[in-house]
Amino acid sequence: MALEVRIKRQFPGFCLDVEFACDHSCMGILGASGCGKSMTLKCIAGIVSPDEGRIALDGKVFFDSEKKINLSPQERNIGYLFQNYALFPTMSVEENLECVLKGKKEEKKRRVREQIQTFHLEGLEKQLPAQLSGGQQQRAALARMLITNPRMIMLDEPFSALDGYLKDVLQHEVQEILKRFPGEVLVVSHSRDELYKFSRELTIIHQGKSLLTGDTKEIFLNPGYVEAARLTGCKNISRAERRGDYEIYASDWKMHLVTEKPVTEDIRYVGIRGHYIEPLQQRTKENCMEIEVCDCVDAPFEYHYIVRNTEGGECIWWLMAKKDGIRPSPYISLPKEELMLLK
Amino acid sequence: MLSILETIDWSPLFISLKTGAVATILAFFLGIGAARGIMKLNNTAKAVLDGILTLPLVLPPTVAGFFLLLIFSLRRPFGKFLLTEFDIKMVQTWPGCVIAAFVIAFPLMYRNARAAFEQVDVNIIYAGRTLGMTERRIFWKVVVPVAGPGLASGTVLAFARAIGEYGATSMLAGNILGKTRTVSVAIASEVASGNWDTAAFWVCVIVIISFLIVAFINGISGKKIKNVNRWI
Repeated sequence: MALEVRIKRQFPGFCLDVEFACDHSCMGILGASGCGKSMTLKCIAGIVSPDEGRIALDGKVFFDSEKKINLSPQERNIGYLFQNYALFPTMSVEENLECVLKGKKEEKKRRVREQIQTFHLEGLEKQLPAQLSGGQQQRAALARMLITNPRMIMLDEPFSALDGYLKDVLQHEVQEILKRFPGEVLVVSHSRDELYKFSRELTIIHQGKSLLTGDTKEIFLNPGYVEAARLTGCKNISRAERRGDYEIYASDWKMHLVTEKPVTEDIRYVGIRGHYIEPLQQRTKENCMEIEVCDCVDAPFEYHYIVRNTEGGECIWWLMAKKDGIRPSPYISLPKEELMLLK
Repeated sequence: MLSILETIDWSPLFISLKTGAVATILAFFLGIGAARGIMKLNNTAKAVLDGILTLPLVLPPTVAGFFLLLIFSLRRPFGKFLLTEFDIKMVQTWPGCVIAAFVIAFPLMYRNARAAFEQVDVNIIYAGRTLGMTERRIFWKVVVPVAGPGLASGTVLAFARAIGEYGATSMLAGNILGKTRTVSVAIASEVASGNWDTAAFWVCVIVIISFLIVAFINGISGKKIKNVNRWI
C-alpha cells in the first residue's frame, strides 16, 4: 500500500469526505470545479488539516486523527505544483531553485546548474518569473519542485493556464518527466482528456465525496455512476426504468433499449457517448430511433448533431466525424454494447 | 535672513532626526510583528485589536500625550516604579520624545505592513512549506521581499510622522533646548516668543524634509508591481 488517504473536513456549507489508495503509479483526480480536488491535495501536503482521517505514504503516517499525528508540510516532503506555479516573484529562476536547497554554497550552485540544464532553462537563469512565458514558468516550477527530491508529487490543474498548442507540447514534456520520477504522482484536473492521457488510475470526486477509484480506461468504458459518466464526458444520459434482465425504458429519450449487460435493480440511468451512435437509413437494427435534427454544431473535425426522437423527449448529442458523411440519416441506433448502465 | 544661519542652534534638527530614526526602528519591527500577530487572530479579536492599534492615528496627539502622562508621570505608580527600580525617566527626557513619536508613528507602519502582507499570494507561502523551507526563512526570504514596497512606504511614512510629532511630544517630553526640543516644538515656541524668522527657518527645514520623503515614497510605489493593469 503506497499512498493511503482517508480524510474528512467540514467547511461552512461544504463537506470534504475523500478516501482512496494509490499504488506506485500515476493517479488522476477528476472532478468539477469547486468539488474539493485542490483541497484534497492541500490536506495531503499538510497545508490544511482534516478534521479526522488518516494519510500515510509507504507506511509513514503523515496524519492520523486517532493517534494525534499531524506532520508539518516541511516534514512530509511532498512536491506540490500549484495551479499558478507559485514561483517566488522577487527571485530569479536561479534563486527560486537555490533558496529551497540546504547545504554548502558551491554544492547548491552545482545542483541548480544541473537542474537548469535538465529542464532546458538555460538562458533564463536571471529572469524573474513575471518575465517568463506560461510554459517556462511551469518548467521552472517543476524544476524547483523536483530539486528537493520529494517522495511523491502532486500536480494541481497543471495545464489549465496554458493555451491549445502549448498545452499539447507541455503535456508530452511533463509526461516524459513524470515517467522518470520513481514515486507516486497525483494529478488533479477537471479535464478528462488530460487525465485519460496521464494517469493509470483515476479517482472521481463529486461534491466533496470520492465516488469511485479504479483503472482509468476501465472507468471511461464503464463509469458505473451517473456523475462519473458526466465527468468523463458523456453528454447523453437518460433516466432509465428497468423492464427486464436485459431491457430498460429510457424515459428521457422515450425509447425501449435492449442491453448487453444484465440490468441490476439499482440502475437508474443509461448513457451513451455521442461518438458511438450509428446512423441508419431504415429501422433495420435494435435500439433504433427515428430522429429530427434540432441543431448542428460545426466543430473542427466533427459535426455535433443535436437530435431528438420524433416522438419527443430530450435532445441527444450525436458526434459524427467529418469524413463519415455530411447529412444526418433519418434513423439512429444506440448500439447495445456501447450503452452504459449507471447508478 | 542669512544671518539667522550663523546664530541658529541646530540641536532641534538633530534631536528630531535622532528621535525619528529610533522611533521608526521601533515602529518597523513592532509594526511588522503586530501585523503578523493580528492576521492570525479570529475576526472579533482582529477588529478590536486593530481598532486599538489604529487609534493613535485618528485621535488628537494630545490624547495620546494624556495617556502617556497617565502611564509615565513620576507621580503615578508605573512611572515611580520605573524610576526607583530601573532609574528610567520618560517625563521631560529624550526617551520621552522617542516614546511619544513611536506611539504616533506606529499605526502607519502597522497598517501599511498589514496591507502589504495581505496582498501576498498565500500559495507562494504554501509552496515554500511544501519545499521544506522553515517558516522563518519563508517570512524573511519570500514574504518580506514581496511585501517590500508596502513595508518601505510604511517605514518612510512612519519616519515622516515621527519627526513631525508635536502634541504628544510636548506633553510628555516638554521643551528643553538641547534635550527635548524638536523642530516642531521649536516652531511653536519661537512663534510664541515672537521670533518669526527662526520659526520660518524651521518651517522651511521641515517642509523640505517632508517633501523629500513624499517624493521618495512616490518613487518606490511607482515601480511597485509590474505586469498588472492598473486603475488610472
